[in-house]
Amino acid sequence: MATQHSRSIARMMLAPATTLLLAWMLIPLIMTLYFSFKKYLPLRGGDLGWVGFDNYVRFISSSAFWPAVATTLIIVGGVLLITILLGILLALLLDQPIWGQGVVRILVIAPFFVMPTVSGLVWKNMFMDPVNGFFAHIWRVFGAEPIQWLSHASMPSLVMIISWQWLPFATLILLTAIQSLDSEQIEAAEMDGAKPLSRFFFIILPHLARAITVVVLIQTIFLLSIFAEIFVTTAGAFGTKTLTYLIFQRVLESQNVGLGSAGGVYAIILANIVAIFLMRIVGKNLDR
Amino acid sequence: MARAVTPRRKAINTIIAWLVGLLIFFPILWIVVLSLKTEGDAIKTPLEVLTSVWTLESYAVVQDRSDYFKHFSNSVIIALGSTLLGIVVAVPAAWSMAFVPSRRTRGILMWMLSTKMLPAVGVLYPIYLLFIELGILDSRIGLVVVLMLINLPIIVWMLYTYFKEIPGEILEAARMDGANLKAELIYVLTPMAIPGIASTILLNVILAWNEAFWTLNLTAAKAAPLTAFIASYSSPEGLFYAKLSAASVMAITPILIMGWFSQKQLVRGLTFGAVK
Amino acid sequence: MKQIQLKKVSKNFGATEVIPPLDLDIEDGEFVVFVGPSGCGKSTLLRLIAGLEDVTSGQILINGKDATEMPPASRGLAMVFQSYALYPHMSVRKNIAFPLRMIGMPKDEQAKRVDEAAKVLNLTEYLDRRPGQLSGGQRQRVAIGRAIVREPTAFLFDEPLSNLDAALRVGMRLEISELHKRLDTTMIYVTHDQVEAMTMADKIVVLQSGVIEQVGTPLDLYHNPRNTFVAGFIGSPKMNLLTGKEAEKHGAHTIGIRPEHLTISTKKGGWEGTVGVSEHLGSDTFIHVECKAFDETLTVRASGEMDLSYGSKVYLTPDASNLHKFDENGMRMS
Repeated sequence: MATQHSRSIARMMLAPATTLLLAWMLIPLIMTLYFSFKKYLPLRGGDLGWVGFDNYVRFISSSAFWPAVATTLIIVGGVLLITILLGILLALLLDQPIWGQGVVRILVIAPFFVMPTVSGLVWKNMFMDPVNGFFAHIWRVFGAEPIQWLSHASMPSLVMIISWQWLPFATLILLTAIQSLDSEQIEAAEMDGAKPLSRFFFIILPHLARAITVVVLIQTIFLLSIFAEIFVTTAGAFGTKTLTYLIFQRVLESQNVGLGSAGGVYAIILANIVAIFLMRIVGKNLDR
Repeated sequence: MARAVTPRRKAINTIIAWLVGLLIFFPILWIVVLSLKTEGDAIKTPLEVLTSVWTLESYAVVQDRSDYFKHFSNSVIIALGSTLLGIVVAVPAAWSMAFVPSRRTRGILMWMLSTKMLPAVGVLYPIYLLFIELGILDSRIGLVVVLMLINLPIIVWMLYTYFKEIPGEILEAARMDGANLKAELIYVLTPMAIPGIASTILLNVILAWNEAFWTLNLTAAKAAPLTAFIASYSSPEGLFYAKLSAASVMAITPILIMGWFSQKQLVRGLTFGAVK
Repeated sequence: MKQIQLKKVSKNFGATEVIPPLDLDIEDGEFVVFVGPSGCGKSTLLRLIAGLEDVTSGQILINGKDATEMPPASRGLAMVFQSYALYPHMSVRKNIAFPLRMIGMPKDEQAKRVDEAAKVLNLTEYLDRRPGQLSGGQRQRVAIGRAIVREPTAFLFDEPLSNLDAALRVGMRLEISELHKRLDTTMIYVTHDQVEAMTMADKIVVLQSGVIEQVGTPLDLYHNPRNTFVAGFIGSPKMNLLTGKEAEKHGAHTIGIRPEHLTISTKKGGWEGTVGVSEHLGSDTFIHVECKAFDETLTVRASGEMDLSYGSKVYLTPDASNLHKFDENGMRMS
């Protein structure tokens, strides 16, 4: 679709972006791999030599590993479940003709634009604080003992905070998908005598399947590396230490770089498994 | 697929939708309310909060006492700087892939996307170490570069999908009309791509503004943007609800406004064109 | 004078050969139409001439000069694209002036030329509008305007009418022919529509799979198609191409007879058959007939109205002087 001349110019114009990204990807990746095979404690002796796969074994066999995996899975699974279910309901609702649709849409998507540290702290202090929080006041109105949200119900609280942030994303994408549904399809189904519920299950839901998959994959990638919300609320206490947070602590807090790097390699592998599925979908879309 | 419904149905839907919308928006609304109260009033019961006096004093306090402006300008510089730098690198790349596609274009695009999926924590220490070595830990330039790199795939992708929508025939027409490459880019492509470039900038400023992994881990007092500044409230002393609220409101308002403008682009940018 | 010459020009996309080496001469002032089914390489050929694609091998001469390596801008050609390819962010005036601006023509001279072109094309009152505010036909005119202002050596048209509705298409067809008569400039016109080719061309180039099947005037192609492909492609309704025993009787593998060269009778004639569907156009009637002698269904064109009921028995007689004979390779037997 072009001439030789334009092709060589094109290669030149592509080079800066690819070179930068290649460096950004390869240099740290190689360093992480390098450290992961070393006993490396910057504050306690520095480089203490090669240890083979020792770090990998130790990372997995440490008592903190499996709880971190469980925590990660609960956060990812819980948030996905909530955001997708509520997201579908909200998208269906916003798709209906209502007065002030634009304003409602704005209200619904707003949480997505709140920076993670703000939303973490606002929920922690203004809502979940057992003494002065909004919920505590409400509980007291009904004569109940306020809940110690972030210490006694730490996981549900975190899932709730993160779901609040991600619900707009799911809703917006599902709404876009619903709106792309050909109204003639719905009308045809109506003519064929399909009731609203069966219209939803046989027409709308299959149409949304692709969008739902995209939401699941993208959210999974972001949720696997959730950090700031935990950092400002529980700082990893009360069983809220995810894999990401565990690695962060190994690397920066306890400065056990070798061990943390091995964990990092696990995280990269995990993310890549999800990424492969996402890329398949995106790739298919490229061909159309 | 909105279709005609009875007014009654519409009224019921409207009420439900507004209730749900307000419920979701409530936390933001509530910090706006708290930010307009004194510290003493801000911790009272919701009813007392609403009936107490309204004041702007928390905003004044935040501005005065905590270098708020410094952090705010750090955020602005980091978000804008990383986005603009990204655009400069991405426009030529997106142009070349959109208009002179080769057999490798698809592979390059997918590979760029894959770099975006690299978990940050996996490369935390190397980057940390490199920053120390280069002497750019806790510097704005360091963050500008890092945020540019993590958002570069999204910028390239968004521009690519926008450029793709510009028919190649128009650029060929320009070539036939005697335009060289420079004239083609300046007089034809760029003016046509401005809406796309603008929404790409918008979305990426938002993403960079809210980024809270690298900004928390690579900055201390000097280059900390608002994300890190707000995080310093996680272990506060004394009464701070009103101040935290005021600081939060100031930190999120510009982005909320930009975000509302970029709703449509958001879907496209964050799903890499997989949902349109 | 030969204005555009292609010498052994070929084009490959990767490993696939889209156009095998071909030669073609285009005379000064000629209206040449490249016609063929979609994917036949006609647009690619045009784009090679335009310089929007590199030739894989061979030479392109424009006004006797080797233009093979020249960028599109220096070839002195103007092109009208299928999608019109107007610059959406510029007014009609700026669109038309763009090529003049690119060669750095003084502003007042530009304005004069644009005004002239606009007058010729009835665009004067739309000069300050954006392309988005124009109808399909008007956009088409702007695209033509942009092509004529720079007074090119030749115009290239890439299926310019295919985005217009049927009525407009006929009108624009006339306008382009009119323009050609007035400017007397070479035009190369690509279309898949043989009616456009027949009505507009001085010379038609019929292409199939990148190969030139025949070059000739419209009537030449109509009367003396070189092979069954050209025979079937040129003319509407299509020529009846018949095989089997009847064809062998004429000493050919395939015989071809145009619908207008068949006489239909209810009483007597050469080939007996039954009437299928009749299409009434008022001025003509197209009757589809199943004949015992052939596997193929024949189309007959009868002048005026003709009322034959479905299933009735008829006889067809071909006009012997207009019977075309082809051998087993589909080539014309003279």
